[in-house]
Amino acid sequence: MTATAPHFEAPPVRAPRRSVQALLEARFAALLVAPAMAVIALVAFYPLGHALWLSLWKINLRFANTPWVFVGLGNYVDAITDDARWLNALRVTLTITFTSLLAEFVLGMIFALVMNQSFKGRALVRASVLIPWSLTTVVSARMWQVIYHASYGVFNRILVDIGLIDAYKPWIISPVFTIWAMIGADVWKTTPFVALLLTAGMQLIPGELYEAAAIDGATAWDRFWRITFPLLRPTMLVALLFRMIDVFRMLDLPFVLTGGGPGQATETLSLYTYRVIFTDLKFGGGSALAVLTFLMILGSAFIFIRVLGAPVAGAESER
Amino acid sequence: MTRSTFGPALQRGATVSVVVAIVLWCLAPFYWTVITSLKSANAIYYSPTTYLPEPIDLASWVKVVTLSRFQGALMNSAIVATCVTVVSLLLGSICAYAIARLRFPGKDIVLTIVLAVSMFPGIAIISPLYLQFRDWDLINNKLALILPGVTFTLPVCIWTLTAFFRDLPRELEEAAYVDGASRVQTFVQVIAPLAAPGVFTTAILLFIASWNEFLFARTFMSKVEQVTAPVAIAQFEGADIAAVTPWGEISAAAVATTIPLVILVLVFQRRIVAGLTSGAVKG
Repeated sequence: MTATAPHFEAPPVRAPRRSVQALLEARFAALLVAPAMAVIALVAFYPLGHALWLSLWKINLRFANTPWVFVGLGNYVDAITDDARWLNALRVTLTITFTSLLAEFVLGMIFALVMNQSFKGRALVRASVLIPWSLTTVVSARMWQVIYHASYGVFNRILVDIGLIDAYKPWIISPVFTIWAMIGADVWKTTPFVALLLTAGMQLIPGELYEAAAIDGATAWDRFWRITFPLLRPTMLVALLFRMIDVFRMLDLPFVLTGGGPGQATETLSLYTYRVIFTDLKFGGGSALAVLTFLMILGSAFIFIRVLGAPVAGAESER
Repeated sequence: MTRSTFGPALQRGATVSVVVAIVLWCLAPFYWTVITSLKSANAIYYSPTTYLPEPIDLASWVKVVTLSRFQGALMNSAIVATCVTVVSLLLGSICAYAIARLRFPGKDIVLTIVLAVSMFPGIAIISPLYLQFRDWDLINNKLALILPGVTFTLPVCIWTLTAFFRDLPRELEEAAYVDGASRVQTFVQVIAPLAAPGVFTTAILLFIASWNEFLFARTFMSKVEQVTAPVAIAQFEGADIAAVTPWGEISAAAVATTIPLVILVLVFQRRIVAGLTSGAVKG
């Protein structure tokens, strides 16, 4: 693909003609890009602007004709200084984000190292890995409710059978276990995605590097830490970035699996925000919470892309 | 001496056990859901639970399959996901072509916008969209799901297709230009047929993403006849609303919703893996 360019660009073109060409090309490109950009502007950016506007007001739709009261940044200040439930949701979300990402990457790396080898049944492994990935989150939440059930769940039965626990535990209705049970369900579903990305990244590493290292007498452990890990860094950063974005805005899983409970033990930022908006009908305060969530994601993504150098389309110019 | 004969065998043994562990880890929860859906009500509420459905009882499946609410939900999901996939492909493919093949000012801005959309938490725009759709009378209208669906599948659509377009040989287009074909003709007659496999792969990814959408469907569809499958499953109270939580029926509904995706994934696994990773991992 890189070798094809000279063949076509070689004929010398007079300067004015080239600028006309470039103009035509740019006009055509604008035509092609415009529809997608228009939809994004109307259905994503305009509503986001609207949300920013709503977040400056106290709005309660519970009673008809309640007047909107302008509060400026008041909703934001309230959330950060005075809303214990929001701070709890932030703590829950951060706990889930750090734990899930760590577990997914450790497991995903093991999966990838195996999938990157050639062995009989590789297709079977790839097919099974795709099953959790393709499942609807809501469906997997329902599945795990059955599995984790306190009295007739199979998770309890297995743990008792192999002797890890001696009595059944209420995995998803206990203040202690529930968040970890939920993280388990999330890690189960998302590890495959991480593993597939890491495998694809590993396949880009030239085999000669490993051969040379083997000749030099490097152990498998050395080869992993000296070759695989550093060369996989760009892939890992991209995978981490996308997973971070997804975990940080997690809603479906706690919504269906635990309802955010018991109490608020598994209430994530998105779930709490949803309730402020659609249960309390506080559209202003809720919008402020939603904007805060978005800003935190944006901030973390900025660190990933600009500081750590995650190679994401849009963060770099043409390759 | 011992090392050379014993080492590989040991390594193979380790690999095999890890492979078995991975397959078990991935399939066990789904297997368990299938088992639960095949158990009789008595067997489900028996503690400790039994590992096999004895005897196999299809009652849950019969109830779910004949439940018109659930049939309707599956149909709604199919309609919405198909519309989202088609519209997103139409808009995304031309945009991706421009990004992959044309030189124009502001390409970085376009890419940054697409990246920004992929970071939007749905929750960030749910309140304004709700007010807007209420004003436009779109609540309980499938358009209220298709519009945001298209918007939020566009990033994946554009990234995946851009990667595919970039990998197409440039010579063919150039030959078409030399033969006097216009840019539009080139795109429709030369590029589109070549990109068909990539477009197909992208379509699968978009369909799955759209099929799984929950937040907007939960919020914008209040009528029972309009909900999509994920919402129906989240709110499933079974054919007999007064009874205890019908885990058998929930499991059957979960499996039924998943089967189309599982078949799609198993048949096209190679393409899906390629499509899934092409946007994110660069060669």
